[in-house]
Amino acid sequence: MIFSMEAVEESLAEARQTLRSGQTRSVAWRKKQLRALFELIHDNEEKIFKALDDDLGKHPTEAYRDEIGVVIKSLDYSLSNIEKWVAPKKSSVPMLFFPAKGEVIPEPLGVILIFSCWNFPFSLALDPLIGAISAGNTVILKPSDQAPACSSFLANTIPLYLDCKAIKVIEGGAETCERLLQQKWEKIFFTGSARVGQIVMTAAAKHLTPVVLELGGKCPTILDSFSNPRDFKVAIKRIVGGKWGPCSGQACIGIDYLLVEEKLASTLIDLLKKIIKRFYGENPKESKSVARIVNKHHFARLRNLLKDPLVAASIVHGGSLDEDSLFIEPTILLDPPLHSEIMTEEIFGPFLPIITLKNIQESIEFINSRPKPLAIYAFTKDETLKKRIISETSSGSVTFNDVMIQFLCETLPFGGVDQSGFGRYHGKYSFDTFSHEKAIMQGSFFPEIEARYPPWTAFKLKFIRLAYRLNYFGLVLLLLGLKR
Amino acid sequence: MGSEEANAFDAKDAPKIAGELRESFASGKTRSYEWRTSQLKTILKILDNHEQDMILALRSDLSKPEMESYIQEIAMLKNSCKATLKSLKGWMVPEKAKTSMTTFPSSAEIVSEPLGVILIISAWNYPFYLSIDPVIGAIAAGNAVVLKPSEVSPASSALLAKLLKEYMDTSCVRVVEGAVAETAALLQQKWDKICYTGNGRVGRIVMEAAAKHLTPVLLELGGKSPVVVDSDVNLKFATHAVTFYVKVATRRIIAGKWGCNNGQACISPDYIITTKDFAPKLVDSLKEVLEKFYGKNPLESKDLSRIVNSNHFARLMKLLDEEKVSGKVVHGGERNETDLKIAPTILLDVPRDSLIMTEEIFGPLLPIITVEKVEESYDIINSGPKPLAAYLFTSNEKLKKQFVMTISAGGVVVNDTTIHLAVVTLPFGGVGESGMGAYHGKFSFEAFSHKKAVVYRSFVADAAVRYPPYTKGKLSLLKALVGGSILGIIRALFGWS
Repeated sequence: MIFSMEAVEESLAEARQTLRSGQTRSVAWRKKQLRALFELIHDNEEKIFKALDDDLGKHPTEAYRDEIGVVIKSLDYSLSNIEKWVAPKKSSVPMLFFPAKGEVIPEPLGVILIFSCWNFPFSLALDPLIGAISAGNTVILKPSDQAPACSSFLANTIPLYLDCKAIKVIEGGAETCERLLQQKWEKIFFTGSARVGQIVMTAAAKHLTPVVLELGGKCPTILDSFSNPRDFKVAIKRIVGGKWGPCSGQACIGIDYLLVEEKLASTLIDLLKKIIKRFYGENPKESKSVARIVNKHHFARLRNLLKDPLVAASIVHGGSLDEDSLFIEPTILLDPPLHSEIMTEEIFGPFLPIITLKNIQESIEFINSRPKPLAIYAFTKDETLKKRIISETSSGSVTFNDVMIQFLCETLPFGGVDQSGFGRYHGKYSFDTFSHEKAIMQGSFFPEIEARYPPWTAFKLKFIRLAYRLNYFGLVLLLLGLKR
Repeated sequence: MGSEEANAFDAKDAPKIAGELRESFASGKTRSYEWRTSQLKTILKILDNHEQDMILALRSDLSKPEMESYIQEIAMLKNSCKATLKSLKGWMVPEKAKTSMTTFPSSAEIVSEPLGVILIISAWNYPFYLSIDPVIGAIAAGNAVVLKPSEVSPASSALLAKLLKEYMDTSCVRVVEGAVAETAALLQQKWDKICYTGNGRVGRIVMEAAAKHLTPVLLELGGKSPVVVDSDVNLKFATHAVTFYVKVATRRIIAGKWGCNNGQACISPDYIITTKDFAPKLVDSLKEVLEKFYGKNPLESKDLSRIVNSNHFARLMKLLDEEKVSGKVVHGGERNETDLKIAPTILLDVPRDSLIMTEEIFGPLLPIITVEKVEESYDIINSGPKPLAAYLFTSNEKLKKQFVMTISAGGVVVNDTTIHLAVVTLPFGGVGESGMGAYHGKFSFEAFSHKKAVVYRSFVADAAVRYPPYTKGKLSLLKALVGGSILGIIRALFGWS
């Protein structure tokens, strides 16, 4: 489906008109929309499961855990907190300005454009939408055309529940995106690749539109040694769950590669194989518990990563691909060449390279010599190593001894840094990201301080110097003529 | 218009400078509390030791009155620096974040870390304040900094370059002087954030250049900051309330307009909206107070900045001499092209589509638009691009509330002008055409930091529900976990839901 330029302009004009009417400012309106989203999910759970299955082969449990559950939690949190968020925040004002008062009032930015991604086509569309609505904006949502069943579900279902004059879904591909990007928005929220992120920001620059870019990167996982074999086992379980669990590795915060000491490599690989078998059975292709690759384009991209003979030679588990079912088996590689594409590009698929080091401390330098990722994972009980990781590396987030769960904490900002993006959301950060924090100062007519005004005199200069040093006592003396 | 002397900085050196600072940052030296505070204290030393030099530079660049130089540049910077030094330790402490039942057991915190190397491009109207204040923020957050002062204020730019080179840790803090070519060369490099103060046209260029490297930007731009003057006066405890009200409003408008670099300030009152009835009172009061402040010959007054250069002088003349506007002058209009001086000028009821009402004035011309009812001002203001500041004078509480809610601007001040700039507990920044991002005080620290989320999990309690093979039972348990209700979880565990 291609939206014509007129259709885009019409939708935008209506969203702008609705915004001007002021109705989105009322907290009641915002809560009504959020509750309507609750109902939408409640009434259509089966349809959502089906759409996610159609687009990505996601099992309902995965779909609930990573998409529906996330959105429900977000709705809950926003509904419980919106009144608090909307309230003006008092700022302390120096006594010099007494009795002036200062405060910060959040206000809607205006019309928001949200581009969501295909790998979590439901949550990456609705979670930002929740934030934009909570902050009182009107929204145009452009779901990814690479997850067509979800895109069409959203386009057909959202108008049935939400205020369609304020919240619109526009479907389409690259052409529609281009048309949308030519318009003026008050903010653009983009989740996707760095390449397209650049295009979005360049287009936004023409209108001075602020943007949030949620991009990706190669999320490394540091695996330290453990004295307790049970801990090691739990770590591996979480690694397997964190690699192939979310959309078969097609996740921006999914594990991209592992860093481990050489001596642990073979134990690690054995355990990984065991757990993969436990989770996905002898024949993972038959397992309904692993998602498939989204489309032929990405399938080809991934297959290409294994073409390099040195890379292919490093495969120690898996490696089978079936184009018809767009299925790629959970695959483990041991020390593929560092300059190969699989180690320079974000994998976004079910390949797990293991890079061995002489000493786990080297992992820090390894990570730092590469672009900053969206997430760093580290399985370790070594407090010194944890501190080093936090202070010596930079990433969107750091999670110790688990994978992906930072996504579930609404009290944590979710966003990247450097090539993994900028801006953040989740919880109150979503509300803030879609708000303008307007500074308000209420001055008073009393007292009226002469020293503020020309013509300038030596006295006035003395007064101001004392005032700026907040030397109130000195000021009093000066005023009483008792100070030289 | 650029520096006529040979630039110490050659555009070809841009990659080298960026590379050097990146290396310095990578060494980790800017991250310690000691480094940050020592640099901040050094800035204080510069301000203490070279106050007179700065005042002289500002006189050379802008004929800025000494009081203004002191109050609006030096004192503001000292305050900002001191306030930052006082609070920095607290700002650097990681913030604990609550975690919910869903991720139990876990703990989380938000750690502030420096972004890396910051490029700061500042403006000519407050060349010290707008250069050093962002530098204070960037250093406080632990970054390395490259500062590019405006070439339109060359004496200040040269002094900044000299002083920062002499006093600061030049491996991490650099000043690069230059004009368009040098700025363009800098913009081609990769920075971790760019802070730009200036106009919307260049703001777009900066953001587009930043996009190539996915660099976040802080853009402090401008706009037409309106002042709405209400005629409804009800001041308790004031005899001759109306007179008092008008006098104070007038003085504060004048202080914010001509008292701020002769109107060449991003938050200067740009134009006034008042009722038809009230306008004559306001105009008379303005005339009276202007004379008191600047004398009968304002072109001779030492308390007014001059226009920065002949380009801007010509620009302002164009606004003033436009045919549909030239007859609307009710006060002032005198000019001296040689000295680049324009007298405080008031215009009444200029057409809305005149240049002076569509472009940001940034000068000593003050148009007054009249309306029947003061509420009409909302539409006038909201029909244009969002300004950096909006001002309202009134004693009517309802009008105050309405104005604050209805007018979208970077900041709003009621019953005064421009003072919010000095309150470091308020975020200072624009919205829409007036900019994106904010700084001052803690907001500076945040603007130049990355807030990294850190989650700690233990190995205790590993919920099998997370892992495949997926079953209906696991789905129920998941739903219960998401719901966060203990009862729900227990029921699911026992297979009762």
